[in-house]
Amino acid sequence: MLRYMIQRMLLMLPTLLGVALLVFFMLRVMPGDIVELKLRADGASVSEDVLNQERARLGLDKPLHVQLATWLGGMLVGDMGLSMWTGQPVAHEIAIRLELSLQVSFMATLIAVLISIPAGTVAALFKDTWIDYIVRVLAIAGLAVPSFWLGMITILSLLTLFSWLPPITFTPFLQDPGANLAQLIWPALAVGYRYSAVATRMTRSALLEVLREDYIRTARAKGVFERLVVARHAMRNAILPVITVIGLEFAFLIGGLVVTEQVFNLNGIGKLFVQAVGRGDYTLIQGLVMLVAFIAVAVNFAVDILYAVFDPRIRYGGR
Amino acid sequence: MTICHLIIATALAAAGAALPLVAQEMPKRGGTLSFAVNAEPPNYDCHANTSFAFIHPVAPHYSTLLKFDAPKYPAVTGDLAESWTVAPDGLTYTFKLRANAKFHDGSPVTSADVKATYERLRNPPAGVVSIRRAQYADMTEIQTPDATTVVFKLKAPDASMLQNFASPWDCIYSAAKLAEDPKFPEKNVFGSGPFTFVEHVRGSHWVGKRNDAYYLKDQPYLDGYKAVFISGAAIINAIQGGQVSIEFRGQTPAERDRLTAAMGDKIRVQEGPWVCNLVIGFNTEKKPFDDARVRRALNLALDRWGGAPGMSRIAIVRDVGGLLRPGYSLAANEADLTAMPGFSKDIRASRAEAVRLLKEAGHDKLKFKLTNRNVPMPYSPVGIFVIDQWRQIGVTVEHDQLETRLYQAALSGGNYEAGMDFNCDFMDEPNLQLLKYLSAKNSPINYGRYNDAKLDDLYEKQKRASDPKERYRLVREFERHVLEQSYTFPTIWYHRIIAHSPQVKGWHVTPSHYIHQELSSVWLSQ
Repeated sequence: MLRYMIQRMLLMLPTLLGVALLVFFMLRVMPGDIVELKLRADGASVSEDVLNQERARLGLDKPLHVQLATWLGGMLVGDMGLSMWTGQPVAHEIAIRLELSLQVSFMATLIAVLISIPAGTVAALFKDTWIDYIVRVLAIAGLAVPSFWLGMITILSLLTLFSWLPPITFTPFLQDPGANLAQLIWPALAVGYRYSAVATRMTRSALLEVLREDYIRTARAKGVFERLVVARHAMRNAILPVITVIGLEFAFLIGGLVVTEQVFNLNGIGKLFVQAVGRGDYTLIQGLVMLVAFIAVAVNFAVDILYAVFDPRIRYGGR
Repeated sequence: MTICHLIIATALAAAGAALPLVAQEMPKRGGTLSFAVNAEPPNYDCHANTSFAFIHPVAPHYSTLLKFDAPKYPAVTGDLAESWTVAPDGLTYTFKLRANAKFHDGSPVTSADVKATYERLRNPPAGVVSIRRAQYADMTEIQTPDATTVVFKLKAPDASMLQNFASPWDCIYSAAKLAEDPKFPEKNVFGSGPFTFVEHVRGSHWVGKRNDAYYLKDQPYLDGYKAVFISGAAIINAIQGGQVSIEFRGQTPAERDRLTAAMGDKIRVQEGPWVCNLVIGFNTEKKPFDDARVRRALNLALDRWGGAPGMSRIAIVRDVGGLLRPGYSLAANEADLTAMPGFSKDIRASRAEAVRLLKEAGHDKLKFKLTNRNVPMPYSPVGIFVIDQWRQIGVTVEHDQLETRLYQAALSGGNYEAGMDFNCDFMDEPNLQLLKYLSAKNSPINYGRYNDAKLDDLYEKQKRASDPKERYRLVREFERHVLEQSYTFPTIWYHRIIAHSPQVKGWHVTPSHYIHQELSSVWLSQ
């Protein structure tokens, strides 16, 4: 098990390096210039000399291999560089938004798990009954309705029906849990609903498949209580693909709540991502991509470990 | 109209005229103003920024030498300067500073600080960006005979110089701080304005609190302010929900109508003309736009007078004008304007001429691409409007709406045929608004890539003209030449709409969203 874990961790390094090279060169191929956007986009008459000075200050006049070496060298010692737009450290720009994005992702995941596991299980156990139909309709609706649209409807409903809106600035949970939840529960619900729809369908289909297995039939034939058959034998196997889906969705949520963050005016990673791409802020985009890539590989790693915990047949270190 | 109607109308008019006197409210002290800002400043240096997103949260921390008197715009009034004189030859400007002005650490603001600021503006040290350096190119020397007197010497008169000293971008910095680090203002907020800096949470908000040592008696009235960085529909929701009281850049007609319908008397609307417009420019290095007949035909095809009323219902545009904002003293009056190419009220005759010119140039089936910015208001509706106008003379145009970064790269790199360009300044002033039309070698924002010595010469002459009538004549000559050549021509001028809480007092809509943002005179009625 330990050997497997070390192997998987070492495999993360070439993945991250590949992502780093890809994002570095792809950004440089795209047209556009952050300096021109910063100094001329509002119509100001700024000379080419001033633009060149600013490009030199940002290191954009240096050859690509020098820029790459500088960036990778910094990353190795934990220095993600400075944002080309704000001049602030990239790590700082990310850190002030990460708490919010992580909290929304955790809350949405929690909501999704609390809805999807029971709903998917009930739908599988009562297949082709009215209970199953209701769960399936709600799940399909969750997939069909974009979470940003649900968010807009939520905001307008709160405004129209209660003349109330969630707070527009973020308060950390430990500082004021009430204000924190008043702001974040709405996006978590909007995102969690769509997320739960994916996981519900996965739970239902995985459980249905497992319930048709021979060992389940054997367990039933032996007279094991149905509740034990489902909880102990079926769910342990059916939960594996659900864990994968939940893990991937969670990794996506960290940087992928772009429109939802816009609708709820959340100062999160997704909004920062869009702003950085719009401005062509190379260093910030690189930092964000590396963060999301790291979270994705780390979540995948965690999912693999959870597989071993839930599935007794998996003996990674047993060779 | 009957006699009775006339009497009632006269009485109502008289009552209306007297109303401001009757309803004059005394400013109240206290409260925190929350307002929305649609974007966020990249850094804190006034001299290196260009966006309203910078001015709105940052301006309340700083003083300038002069400032615009918002209710009497374009008149200027003293800010740090208590009084000033301009020599008859227009070459010397002398300012007497307030003796009680202090920076936020309590140190006095002296002539040395003003000198250091303007030296930084006109001759920035290495690594410092001074965007408006060219505006002070005529300045030869800055003298400081005593701690409260500062004298600017110019090598040639400049008709716009006094207003330049009211530029909201020319924040006065501490000479001591600049001596320690010329880039100090980039990462620090340290001024002498009505509000001191409390915090800036990136991506979220900005907070300022009252400067109790401010030099204007009883001001500022507010205890503080909070600028919240939100965008899009969230701003209108926040105004409707009472989370912010105002957004100073402007709302669209649809947003105004939504707020007034939903809030009734709980919303107040101020509207006025705006020193911003969208212009159509052509890449004169690309055929057929090297041919003045083609460009002029496309100018003639626009029915600005007919289109403006309809456009004003769906977009933040309203007034028809030439190169200067309609209503401004140096802008063309209607008689002069309608005689200019593209501004005749006889659109049939204009379009017939346009068709003739295209045929003569051999381009009667013209097709091209209009490069536009993918900003919904007002770029998209104005782009659609002009394309439809051109369709009516048989020209087919593809609307290519690009993300701002790509759009900017296309224009400045010359990778476009026709482009929607933008002009927006902090004041009405030919020296600013005509800059775009100068030869490419003299204007970094001439994306038409043409050179025209006549325009350069006329620009220089009007800049030096001290007689307003002579300046008006020179500006008209410049304008006529631009429109005859049609390198670049205006569409419809912006119209500024501000819907805000009626509790916000002491703030007046002005033709620029860059000025009157120091908030010292703003107060809350509750």
